[in-house]
Amino acid sequence: MPSALRTRVRFAALLHSYTTGASVVEVEPGTVSSVMAELDRRFPGLAFRIVDEQGRIRPHMNVFLNEYLIRDPTTPVAAGSELYLVGALSGG
Amino acid sequence: MTQPIAPAGADAWILGTRKGAWPLRPPTPGRGWKDWKLEEPWFFGCQVHHVVQDPRGAGTLLAAVRTGHLGPTVYRSTDGGRNWKEAARPPAFRAKEAYADSPLTAEDPRRQGLVVDHVFFLAPGHASRPGVWYAGVSPIGLFQSEDDGVSWAEVRGFNDHPSLATWCYNFAPGTPDGLKCHSVQVDPSDPKRLMLGLSGGGIFLSEDMGKDWRPVNLGVAMDFAPPKTDGSEYEFGHDPHDAVIHPANPRRWYQQNHCGIYRLDWKAGEKTQRWERIGKNMPKEVGDIGFSMTCHPQKDAVCWVIPMDGGTVWPRTSVEGKPAVYRTRDAGASWQRLDKGLPARAWLTVYRQAMAHDGKDPLNLLFGTTSGEAYWSGDEGDRWLNPVRGLPKIQSVTAARLG
Repeated sequence: MPSALRTRVRFAALLHSYTTGASVVEVEPGTVSSVMAELDRRFPGLAFRIVDEQGRIRPHMNVFLNEYLIRDPTTPVAAGSELYLVGALSGG
Repeated sequence: MTQPIAPAGADAWILGTRKGAWPLRPPTPGRGWKDWKLEEPWFFGCQVHHVVQDPRGAGTLLAAVRTGHLGPTVYRSTDGGRNWKEAARPPAFRAKEAYADSPLTAEDPRRQGLVVDHVFFLAPGHASRPGVWYAGVSPIGLFQSEDDGVSWAEVRGFNDHPSLATWCYNFAPGTPDGLKCHSVQVDPSDPKRLMLGLSGGGIFLSEDMGKDWRPVNLGVAMDFAPPKTDGSEYEFGHDPHDAVIHPANPRRWYQQNHCGIYRLDWKAGEKTQRWERIGKNMPKEVGDIGFSMTCHPQKDAVCWVIPMDGGTVWPRTSVEGKPAVYRTRDAGASWQRLDKGLPARAWLTVYRQAMAHDGKDPLNLLFGTTSGEAYWSGDEGDRWLNPVRGLPKIQSVTAARLG
């Protein structure tokens, strides 16, 4: 469980090359966007792989807030919750 | 023309595919033609649209890569592909908020916020500007790097051009068949002259290093549009597939268009330049539709094209299921069929960036197919051999010096 004052972010394997191998980190709660900004400070270039230049979550990236799939980067992310960032590719 | 000037001393072909890029080493002299070596892939699982080595200086390699999930980017290598590092700032359009004070109309798609779907075409800048590169992307856009591919910024004179939304049909993304900016060419005799192709939109020229642009399409057919009511020609809206400023004669341009094969010989002092349809000299039963066009790097009258079926629903495969390359040695006045060594019956598709030369003398040629085969010729197309099969869909071919 994440600490009561922090948000846990879990990365699927396809992001590990951007996180220097880390599969889990803890960040300040806020919104999905603010979490992305903090992640990008720690792992430069990571946020652009999840959110495009217009601030939208890329179509083949899934962001789960606890067990709920979300698409809105302004979604609040509370302390004690968990974000899971994972790829979702379709087709051949 | 994927790479008008190959790096000196090229010792490998780079096959960019739907699932990674494969270096392909030709046999060392005296080892026999079967001794080709397909090396382990780069960017395995990712779409690779183009891998280009800088013919200037130290030979930086750049790769246009799109991971299915993670979006588009550019990787660079300064050690012949042994190590790759992602661009610190990959090509990306400005956020829509940046257009708040733009003179563009409110309906202009650029004001809604464009997103780079994939980087499609990479081109080294002029020899006098080391470290400068250009990147054509889909949806249509042009980017520039001034630090050898580490960071990229929009070419504002193009991406913000008030007429761009009129020149191209729309800004919808798509691959491999969507709208894109390709064939970015720098005039070797004048760093201010840049040419590019828009599919669709036409051929465009800048004479001030990208600040302003104008269409150069007169003489080019547009069979897919109704004739204009006043009888005049369309100035833009055409569909060039592959275009080149000839490296040995920069006043000679070639293009393989959706509607034929063309040559433009610039006439000094004349305001209007016209393309000539040299594809009319192709056999009528073959036609002059295709994707790729490769020009000899020294001989400005020698080119190769790979005709495809552009009838009815546009299968885009070998005409009548009989693969052939066609070569001209007289700037398009006549063409020779080159099919020795190619399959007698096959429905091959060769994309616009999937044929290249290696710059050597004699010139080696290689093209790749969407069915994952590569064909090589060491005698300028007279005979073809098939050193590779079983790859994913080949999207680009270039030559490189990997060492």
